[in-house]
Amino acid sequence: MRLSMDLELQDVPGQLLLSLEPFKKYKGNIISVVHHRDRKTPRGTVPVQIVFEIDPSNIDNVKRELQDNGIVVVRAGEDRFIEEISVLLIGHVVHTDLGDTIDRIDSTGFAEVEDLSLRMPGIEEPSSAYLRIRATGKEEIEKSLSILREVGRAKDLLVIEPIEAEKI
Amino acid sequence: MRSVRISLVGFGIVGHGVLEVVRRKRELLRRMGLDLKVVSVTDIKGTLFDEGGIDPQRLHGAKTMEGIANLEIIGKEAIQEIDSDLVVEVTPTNIVHGQPGLGHIEEALSLGKHVVTSNKGPLVVGFNHLQELAQDNGVMLKYEATVGGTMPLISLIEKNLVGNEILSIRGIFNGTCNYILTRMMEEKYTYSYALTEAQELGIAEANPAYDVDGIDTAGKVVILANSVFGMDAKYDDVSVTGIRDITPEALNLAWERGYLVKLIGEVPSLTVKPMLVPRRSPLAVGGTLNVASIETDLSGTITVTGLGAGSIETASAIVSDIVSIYTSRQIDD
Repeated sequence: MRLSMDLELQDVPGQLLLSLEPFKKYKGNIISVVHHRDRKTPRGTVPVQIVFEIDPSNIDNVKRELQDNGIVVVRAGEDRFIEEISVLLIGHVVHTDLGDTIDRIDSTGFAEVEDLSLRMPGIEEPSSAYLRIRATGKEEIEKSLSILREVGRAKDLLVIEPIEAEKI
Repeated sequence: MRSVRISLVGFGIVGHGVLEVVRRKRELLRRMGLDLKVVSVTDIKGTLFDEGGIDPQRLHGAKTMEGIANLEIIGKEAIQEIDSDLVVEVTPTNIVHGQPGLGHIEEALSLGKHVVTSNKGPLVVGFNHLQELAQDNGVMLKYEATVGGTMPLISLIEKNLVGNEILSIRGIFNGTCNYILTRMMEEKYTYSYALTEAQELGIAEANPAYDVDGIDTAGKVVILANSVFGMDAKYDDVSVTGIRDITPEALNLAWERGYLVKLIGEVPSLTVKPMLVPRRSPLAVGGTLNVASIETDLSGTITVTGLGAGSIETASAIVSDIVSIYTSRQIDD
């Protein structure tokens, strides 16, 4: 089960490592850690977002140990994708390994392809795909778009982005 | 009454429109204190000259100056020889070398004549050079009609939004592409079918590359970059993707999710590419319309829309430019 947690760490050396210990102990598989040193809370703590896979029965143990270590657990297990974006792909979307294209986004840990619609008018003709990507933040949306642009160049796909994407 | 002697260089669709608008609006212009007289019309076949002002009836139905011209001079020579205050340059555009318009505009400005043009090529190739030339000679170069046709964009920024910092301009600057994409969306036409329809209606050229490959839009992006953002951009600085690869299926997928696909030009990022535009966005205009959203620091975002091409529409922007030259305080004489 994939989950996410928002933590707040004291701004002293060793805290990040300390916060990861319980995940190791309860066999959690950490997918991504985003450490926002530049965005301190009014309390002077450092926000950290952790995405991980774990047996759901262990989640309470992880939370308790984190708290015992003096780490604030702000949120756990809820939907962490707060931003989303729509993108169109045109070209040989399927034959250039659509699975790989999606994986390139999903493997980031901070974004996922949540919706996919495909139109294939005929063999040899270009297909069109609509993708909705969700991510943990605006910066992560922009990073996902960069990945898609790169994939588009490599696979000769036309990537059509929404206008508001560049504003965010 | 201020009398203005105008040399018209170029006798195509826009040239005809200029003669027509000057004729139609003669009384209105006179009430504004301007007596606009087109004293010469020049194309590659020759020049028709009449010191008292050419009666448009004389040119009725004529496609070229052949058989009508009373002087053999053309091009720069005509600009030099004919005594005029202002040159309207409306010859066919070439975005690569800017000629023949570039030479015409240089000649006119060097001779101390104001220039009003709808010709993008010379401005894409040599905007900053031409502006300097105008300044050095104490005259004005006006070019509202080059971007967005009749849609007031340059003058809106220069006059009404003066004092604002312009953060970005993005919009649809090519009516042909907008028409094709609109028809593909509405009728589920393929790209090639929609293009054929546009060609039959005279909206697209026989060789559509200039429009559909985004070249025309990129030229406008260069003009905006140099004129509004003070950049020294060239055509090659623009990242350009056209609309040839768009499929009706993609447009349909976008529509179902609340989007349209439009060819969007953007400054100062210098990009031209198809983009998803929310259906409720002010940029979501259809048919041959052009639209531009100007993002400013003080006034927020302002959007203008209007017809981007057409004989009378483009001529209207040209005549507005002429009037603004003679109502501007910078010009005292």
